[in-house]
Amino acid sequence: MSTHVERPTSYDADERGWFGGPETGWGGRFMPEALVAALDELTAAWQDAMADPSFVAEFDTILREYAGMPSPLYHAERLSQKVGARILLKREDLNHTGAHKIRNVLGQALLTKRMGKTRVIAETGAGQHGVASATAAAYFGLDCTVYMGAVDTRRQALNVARMHLLGAKVVPVASGSATLKDAINEAMRDWVASVDRTAYLFGTAAGPHPFPSMVRDFTRGIGDEARQQCLERWGRLPDAIAACVGGGSNAIGLFTAFLDDAEVAVYGFEPGGEGVDTPRHAATIHAGAKGVLHGARTYVLQDADGQTIESHSISAGLDYPGVGPQHAHLAATGRATYLPVTDDEAMAAMALLSRTEGIIPAIESAHAVAGALEVARRLGEERGPEATVLINLSGRGDKDMGTAIEYFGLGDPDKVTEEPVGEPGEDLQGERG
Amino acid sequence: MSVSVAFDKARGEQRAALVGYLPAGFPDVAGGIEALRAMVDAGCDVIEVGLPYSDPVMDGPTIQAAAQQALERGVRTSDVLRTVEAVAATGTPTVVMTYWNPVERHGVARFAAELADAGGAGLITPDLTPDPDVAGAWIAAADEHDLDKVFLVAPSSTEERIAMTTAACRGFVYATAVMGVTGARATTSDLAGPLVGRVRAAVRQQGSGLPIGVGLGVSNGDQAAEVASYADGVIVGSAFVRCLLDHPDDRAAGLRALTVLTEDLAGGVRRA
Repeated sequence: MSTHVERPTSYDADERGWFGGPETGWGGRFMPEALVAALDELTAAWQDAMADPSFVAEFDTILREYAGMPSPLYHAERLSQKVGARILLKREDLNHTGAHKIRNVLGQALLTKRMGKTRVIAETGAGQHGVASATAAAYFGLDCTVYMGAVDTRRQALNVARMHLLGAKVVPVASGSATLKDAINEAMRDWVASVDRTAYLFGTAAGPHPFPSMVRDFTRGIGDEARQQCLERWGRLPDAIAACVGGGSNAIGLFTAFLDDAEVAVYGFEPGGEGVDTPRHAATIHAGAKGVLHGARTYVLQDADGQTIESHSISAGLDYPGVGPQHAHLAATGRATYLPVTDDEAMAAMALLSRTEGIIPAIESAHAVAGALEVARRLGEERGPEATVLINLSGRGDKDMGTAIEYFGLGDPDKVTEEPVGEPGEDLQGERG
Repeated sequence: MSVSVAFDKARGEQRAALVGYLPAGFPDVAGGIEALRAMVDAGCDVIEVGLPYSDPVMDGPTIQAAAQQALERGVRTSDVLRTVEAVAATGTPTVVMTYWNPVERHGVARFAAELADAGGAGLITPDLTPDPDVAGAWIAAADEHDLDKVFLVAPSSTEERIAMTTAACRGFVYATAVMGVTGARATTSDLAGPLVGRVRAAVRQQGSGLPIGVGLGVSNGDQAAEVASYADGVIVGSAFVRCLLDHPDDRAAGLRALTVLTEDLAGGVRRA
């Protein structure tokens, strides 16, 4: 199976990077003139590469032989029994480095080599993209610097250690809120000063054109594979697909293959934090307003003066006050539905998936699981147990164990665990079919 | 009042204009107004009032620290306009330098109208290029209110983009002397001269006489003199901000430092 299928959709950007046209105004390129030449060069190189069968074939081979694609599409039977509908998990957590992120960075790093640049920079929130970037840099022999908010370097210390081991330089960013958005600002500043030899491996499907479309191209294998796997195994498309949305790279990677399948409902689940009626969340589409952040017009969490509001999520990987502009377009056109999932709901889903399937998901992915289970329950009631919901399990939970230990009160070696994690009295039993 | 008034006056005196920048609300709104007026008194020909923004892509650590301080003290867009009004009242052309989102959030037409009402000359937009699909709304609003549109060119700009940018500018064109963010540098850039030469050729071809200001890196009179030998304007920001950052608890000393620096720079643009 090929891991990459180049096929346009009705929801792609135009040649200037506008989703839905410049009148509608999602995407575009709001960037310093100093970077326009670099963005033009990148656009040309990306388009040229995607049209070159040898590049696509090389990317495909690396994904298959190095990164473990295609990832399996797994029927989560016990979880399915619990909700009365068929739950399918696209197992991106089984990829090399443990998340969908590796697809994007291997694509961008391969493009970097093709462009003759020798250094890459990246920003990271949870550390997954940083680890993936450091991995790709090691694989291709490129210098690598990763910018990470100082708050995040502390809460994701294990991933910082991984990046160091892989040979990357990690720069903690203390400015602003010292989280992902500030790491992006700092990486862009580096890029302005070093653009002649440096490629910016952007970590999500946001930012100025061509990043949203380029990142989508490199991650769309998720959906292309899942669509084919679903058709082969069940002879039909899913009724609904679901993914978590911070910046939205795993979501757009899943969604793209299904956007022109009108019968497939598309769901994105945003980090609702402590609740969208509180100031502590990162539900950008739900609670944000149209604005410009990091080079694109999209939904932004902002105040009345256009200053970015600090976001919150229990998942560092979703803790971003903006969202990829294609998601803004999909939300505005109604093609996709975006709903918030709170920290508590995500953590409950993390525990549930761990207990029912023996899969510990990343907290990011647990947001998708939590939201999708509600969709599955409803579809199961409407259409019966054949109703199918496909969830992108975008990453594994190893990196989030520190948060899980704290949240669930686990990990005390002197404490005997008499009660398993879960709601008191909750029936997590069920027979595998 | 358009900044072209100040550039014309400087040209008449066969020198470059000195353009000085501080973010509004730094160290606080009243203190910022006082500081900008001190810069006017000591020889700045044009004032740039920065609109503090949470996500400044082009700013180095000095300006970001000042803007952050202003934001933490609660500066609002209305305070920026109030600052413009106070500085423009001195008769010195006053432009706002702003990232795009605060303007878009305020409403492009409303911002233009209020800026014009405040006596502001126009906008410098570091993350808004004059490509029509990006800057169309601003260009229309600026034209309606006769405001200056100052776009940036960079050493990496192609000839085609330099021509497009200079054609879209009114007031002056902002040439970023280095590939990098704002911040004082020990030596001026060797990229600035050739860039100004390329921009000058485009301006000449268009027959507009559009002045060329050079920014990013200038911090003393000698550097100002060097830049003034080939540019129409010398733009200084971080070095002014540094004067106030270095005297956090002694406002009078900060103002004295600002005055001394302004006089040094004003001397520089006159001895080129």
